[in-house]
This record gives sequence, structure tokens and C-alpha cells, in this order.
Amino acid sequence: MSHIVEMLHITKDFPGIRANDDITLQIEEKSIHALLGENGAGKSTLMSILFGLYQPDGGSIRVRGKEVKISDPNVATSLGIGMVHQHFKLVHNFTVTENIILGMEPRKGPVIDIRSAEKKVEEISKLYGLAVDPRAKIEDISVSMQQRVEILKMLYRDAEILIFDEPTAVLTPQEIHELMQIMRRLVEEGKTILLITHKLKEIKEVADVCTVLRRGKLVGTVPVADTDEERMAEMMVGRQVSFHVEKGPARPGEELLRIENLNVKNVKGLLGVKNLSLSVRAGEVLGLCGIDGNGQTELVQGITGLTKIESGKIFLRDKNIANLSIKERTDLGLGHIPEDRQKHGLVLDFTLGENFVIHNYYEKPFANYSILNKKSILENAERLIREFDVRSGQGAMTPARAMSGGNQQKAIVAREIDRSPDVFIVVQPTRGLDVGAIEYIHKRIIEERDRGKAILLVSLELDEIMDVSDRIAVIYNGEIVGIVDAAATTENELGLMMSGALRKTHAAPQAVHA
Amino acid sequence: MTTRKEKIVLPLIAVLLGFVLGSLIVALTGRSPLAMYAAIVKGFSGLDILNGQPINSRYIGEFIIQAMPIILTGLSFAFASRTGLFSIGAEGQLMIGSLSATTVALLVRAPTVIHLPLVLLAAILGGALWGLIPGFLKARYNVHEVVVTIMMNYIALHLNNFVILHIFGSVDRVKTAPFPASALLKSPFLESITRNSRLNWGFIPVILALLIFYFVINKTTFGYSLRAVGYNKEAARCAGMKVNRNIISSMMIAGAFAGLAGAVITVGTFNFGRVIQSAEGYGFDGIAVALVGGNEAFGILLAGMLFGGLKAAQPLMQSQGIPREIAGIIQASIVLFVAMKFGIKMILDKFERKQAPTTEGDRV
Repeated sequence: MSHIVEMLHITKDFPGIRANDDITLQIEEKSIHALLGENGAGKSTLMSILFGLYQPDGGSIRVRGKEVKISDPNVATSLGIGMVHQHFKLVHNFTVTENIILGMEPRKGPVIDIRSAEKKVEEISKLYGLAVDPRAKIEDISVSMQQRVEILKMLYRDAEILIFDEPTAVLTPQEIHELMQIMRRLVEEGKTILLITHKLKEIKEVADVCTVLRRGKLVGTVPVADTDEERMAEMMVGRQVSFHVEKGPARPGEELLRIENLNVKNVKGLLGVKNLSLSVRAGEVLGLCGIDGNGQTELVQGITGLTKIESGKIFLRDKNIANLSIKERTDLGLGHIPEDRQKHGLVLDFTLGENFVIHNYYEKPFANYSILNKKSILENAERLIREFDVRSGQGAMTPARAMSGGNQQKAIVAREIDRSPDVFIVVQPTRGLDVGAIEYIHKRIIEERDRGKAILLVSLELDEIMDVSDRIAVIYNGEIVGIVDAAATTENELGLMMSGALRKTHAAPQAVHA
Repeated sequence: MTTRKEKIVLPLIAVLLGFVLGSLIVALTGRSPLAMYAAIVKGFSGLDILNGQPINSRYIGEFIIQAMPIILTGLSFAFASRTGLFSIGAEGQLMIGSLSATTVALLVRAPTVIHLPLVLLAAILGGALWGLIPGFLKARYNVHEVVVTIMMNYIALHLNNFVILHIFGSVDRVKTAPFPASALLKSPFLESITRNSRLNWGFIPVILALLIFYFVINKTTFGYSLRAVGYNKEAARCAGMKVNRNIISSMMIAGAFAGLAGAVITVGTFNFGRVIQSAEGYGFDGIAVALVGGNEAFGILLAGMLFGGLKAAQPLMQSQGIPREIAGIIQASIVLFVAMKFGIKMILDKFERKQAPTTEGDRV
């Protein structure tokens, strides 16, 4: 057996936390090796060490049997290691080829030899079945095509070992399937792939070997063929987890949120939401699914008041809230778990305790005559930390900035669910969370539903939408292209609607009167 | 390093490095750094090491006089800063405060218990009004506060001179008629215990201002919302806070602190309204004080006293044959080193790690 990459006894410390503790990872040549772990398990740290972004505090790295010191990403590139980051690093008004050659432009005298570069890009693209147009501008091509440009960038630099960091987060089911095929093709051509993911289904589908990390430690490495999703989840979390969201049938009541002919502009000044109508009843979860950037953000910001709408009506119960302030909407019973937790959800320089009272810091018991009551703020924080298992170094006094992304997300979810709003706009509530935490948060959302709240769940994770929702609305290009019953639909049907290939007439929710 | 430790250790190192740099420059000009330190010690206490003179309370009084206004302008900058605003307007707000104090001091006739509080109140309101304008423009039309406050400083300067020359009618084209005693912070008692320094009751409003700053920022719901807006405007907005109202209030309160500084100078250090040739630097000193003091009340108190002492030491340095500009250079380099705190922190972290028992294969 030949190991192309060996990371031996890697240890990495950050202030107050050991991110990697004696981790050994051996990767066989021409295989797809999955790296699985909860948020904060140390996957990204380990890969950043391999890519030269961090230096390990202990251990050694061997590439093709030779011990190496990867002091920066340039060294990694010269060793044939490439990485597709979760957030693409592309120049939007450049062409595909211009992006790929950026930093190592081939020259003909003093000018860039774009012709030969385009030819080379085209050849590579054909070899691996990527079907990318080398002359297209990045801003004109789809997200999945952009991802392929990132892959091409690595291949153009002769990378042999390709690291994919959560590559499927931005793709539709069909696109995910295509990516899997591309990965297999890459391996056939002699490449080695390291796949960072938390999606067990994908590992089962495409990977050969799976290494599981938990809280910075190595749990084990298993051949994927000999294991199943339940077993991998157990290794990842450390206990048995149920995949299915336990929920009874919905008992929809009156309409609590009704949107009529809503138009909202996006940041480019174009209509991001076009003449959209939608309604959510008490006691149901309406899932909104769609590919990222199809108007979800504008819709949510229009409802919550973060963006001024162009026209249309938004009824909360019978009151049109379309022109009310954010505060007035909140006071009327609108709740919101924002998409961007660091921009809209938290004040990172506040402590966890201060962040928990951001909506009601001026109310009793958190304040008396405009003076903050530190004690009750602290008690409130301790209760939420306990209830939602928010982990942080110094408890309520931890600055939000010092917490891991997953725990920041948990803190927001805890704060918002605790307020128990009548109409609850929940955007990507489990992004970056581990299986165990996802299970808990889904349970709490269902509990809110069963208390008669109306929940609009916006998520890019199709599994989440299908598991938690009662009805599913699909948004494409700013319009609702169909509303289907969650129990009756399939991933394939949703995928087709998400890409605009299929439209379905609206199915009215069935009111059950208990 | 923990953040609390950072807040104390980093400014101290910056101050130390500032003095090291100042000493180097003095040494380069061929003078003795020791003479410079002797002058600085004398500026703070009157203690003359070189000539063997004991502590002289007059010097202490004079250095406090220097520290008082820059502590207030430091509070002014820091208050706006906590709401995420970069206010350069303390200078102008101070002038308007001074002009308002002059107006009330000259035009009102009342016993001290009424007159003096009125003078101080007028200065506070004048400064607040001068802060309201950039605050409103920022909140309503998103005009950048740096541009507006700089321009407001010029308007304040010329408005002050115009009013004093043409309305109050200065005889010597430099100052107004002297104020009645009822409008003054001056105290024969304080002067007598500090050997006829200009020390006055001005330190009482300064201490009150420090306490109010600390209390409002850290203990009140208003301070909470100001800080939330300062740290993350979007999250504050998302939580339903009135971001624009906070911006306006914050600029007004910042202006109030600076306006008070104007009164402390005009009816404390002096007893007449003055024509001002050009900006006197209280505003910029305030920025330096706030930066070194970490935008916290206690830090501002210490930094204000340090810079006040350096100012007081300038003439003494000159008498030692050391250019007075050196004090300015030290002050500027301290601010520079504070601004470089991330670099200093990196070096310290490295140093700390070397001190700790190293693990095998440590490659950092």
C-alpha cells in the first residue's frame, strides 16, 4: 500500500483549546478519503495544516514518503496539494481562464498568452468531463460551474492531491450527483481526493475510506464499504443519533403570516423577489427551498424589515406590517433566526450574556429604571447555556467572538426560540452544527410548531427542509414555482423545481380542526 | 494573553516604547536623556533631581490644569467611538463650549451658586448642539462624521473670534473684559495650597464627567444600545434598536463633554473669553488620550494625566536645552505604539510561548 500523504501524530493548540490532538491520517493514492466530524472537531484545522495555512505544534507530515515542512500554501501547491474552499475565491468580472491563470500567467513577450492558456484549460476541462467554457465570465455562470472553475484552478497547477471543503453545500441534488461523478473521474485519472463533509450520505456514495474526528481527537478510520451511516454518525457524535425528526402530523390553524404580491429589490437594485405570495398557518412548518441566491435573502429581509420592500403586503395575523419598523414587527410577535449570524445575529464584541438579551435588555428583569441588572442577565445566560448546551470558555462572560461558529449559531437559536414568537422566520438554523445539535434544534422547532406557532423554514439543506417541513415551497428566480406536500414529494421533484425545470400549481394546505 | 491583561499591559508597553524612542532622539541630538527625564519628573511634581529641589505643589497644580481639558476631550472622542463614530469635532465643540460659557459669564448677573452652574450648563449645551449637527447629518443623510466635524471646527473657530471681537468688543483684540467672580471656578484656597498655581475647582466637573461616562457606558440600557450600535450596527438594527437615534445622542453627549472642557479652560484657567488664533490641539490631544486609555474612563484618566504632565514638562525641557518638541514626539510615538498593539501583542505572545515549557517538535 502506498500512502501519498501521511500526517503523523499532528497536534495543534490554539489559546485554551487543543484543536488537533495526536491525529494520524494516512491517505492512499488514487482514493477518495472522507474526513468527517462535528463542527469544531478539528477537520478544518487539520486540512489547513496540510495546506500550509497553519503550522502544527507537534507531529510530522510526509508526502510521497518524504518528510516535508509545509510553511505556506505555495509550498503546498509545489507539492501538488490543492484546495477548493467552501467560499470560492474568484474574480467575478474576469473570464474562467483569467481566473485560472491568475498569479501564474503564461507570457508571450510582455503580454499574457491568453490563447494557449484557454487551450490548456479546455483540454483539462475535457479530460475530466467538466464542460466549462474557458471564455465565459464568472458572473455569468452558475455556482456549480464556478466550483468547477475552482477545481480547474487546482488541476491547471498540476495538483495531485485535491482537498474539497464542504463542496456540496451550495449545490442542488442533481449538481451534487454530477460532482460525485467528476470526483470519481478525477480518481480514475490518478488524483487523490480528500473530502471534508458532514453529510453521511455523500460519504457513503462516493468515498472509499472515512476518518472520523471528535473534539480534536481521532476516533477511527474505516473503509466505507464496511460501515453504514448510523455507525459513522455514532463515531462522530459519540452516541446513537436518530436521523428522523420525530414529529406528529401538523394541525394547521388560522393563517398567521400572509404575503401578498411582494416585491423586494436585491443589492444590485433588481427585483430579487417578484410578485410573491405565500402564507403560513399556525401549527405548521412551511419549508422554503431553492438554490442559494434565488430570492430567499430578499424575501426574509422584506418580512423582517431589514430591507424596505418595493410593493406588496405582509400580514401578521390581520395587521399589515409591511411598513412597520423592525422593533414594531418584533413586538407584534415576529421572530427571526438570521442567515448571517455574524452580521445580523450577534454582536461579536459583546459577551454571550449580553447577546442573549439583545431584544429585551431594557425590560424587566434585565433592567430597572434604565439600569442594567447584571445578575439577571447572567442568570438568563446560564439558563440558556444549560438548556441549549452552548459551549464556551468562560460561560456567560465569554465574548461571542471567542466562540466556535457552531456555538455562535446555537446561541442565536437559543435566544430566538426562547422568545417563542408567533411567526418564526428560521433561516439555516443548523448551518455548521453537528448531528447531535441538529437533532435537538429540529426537535425544538417542531415543539414550537405544536404550540401553534407559524414557522417559515428557509434552508439550503434539502434534507432539513424535507425532514422538518409540513409543506414545501420552492423559490426560483424570485418566484414561488411550486408548493408541495413534504410527505409526498421527492428529492428529484424538488431538484427539478429548484432549477426552474418544473412548475407545480399551488397545493392548498389542509386545515385539520382538532 | 487574556483581553483584560492586554488592555493594561499593551498601553504600558506603548508608553515605555514611546519614552525609549524619545530618549534615543534626545541622545541623537547630543543631549542627555537623563536631563529630559529630570524635566519630566519636575513637570509632574516639581521635584528637581539635578538641582536638589524638593517636591513643589505648584507644579502638581499646573500639571493637573493641563490634564483636565484633555481628559474631557478624551471622554468626548471615546464616547462617540463607543458608538462606532470617529469624531474629530472635540476641538470645535470645545470652542463653542468656551464661547457659550463666555456669553453666560458676561451677560448674567447672579450669585455664584446660580451663575457658575449656568455657565457650565451653557458650555455643555453649546458643545452638545455642535455635536448634534454632524450626528444629524450622519444619521439622516449618511454624511461622514469625520468630514463634517473637521469643517465644524473651522466654523467654531471663526464664530468664536467673530463674536468676541465684534459683539463682546474686545479692547485689545485678544480677550474680552474679565468675568465677574461669580462665574469662575477659581479658588484662592486651591491656589494657596499649590503655591499660586492656577489649580481650580474644574477638577470636580472632570471627575463627575469620568464617573458619568463609566456609568452610562457600562451600567445603563442606553450604554448597552450605544455599544451594540458601535460594535455591530447591523445586528443592532436587526434587534430593533434605533440606530440613527443612538448616533445622534452619542454625538451630542460627546459634544457635551468637549463643551465642558471649554468652560473648564475659560472660567477656570482663565477669567476672560479669548480670541483663538488657530486650533489649540485639545481635540487631537483628546483623541490620543482616548486611544491610549482604551476608550475606558479609568484609562482616559491615566492617559490624560500622563499627557498633561508631558505638556507641563515642555517649558522645563526647553530650559534644560532639550527641544520642547521632544515631548510632542514622545506623545505621538506612544499613540503610534498603541496603534501598533497587534504587532506588540504578537511579539509578546511569541515571548510568552518561549517562556512556557516547549513541546517537542515546536515549529512555531
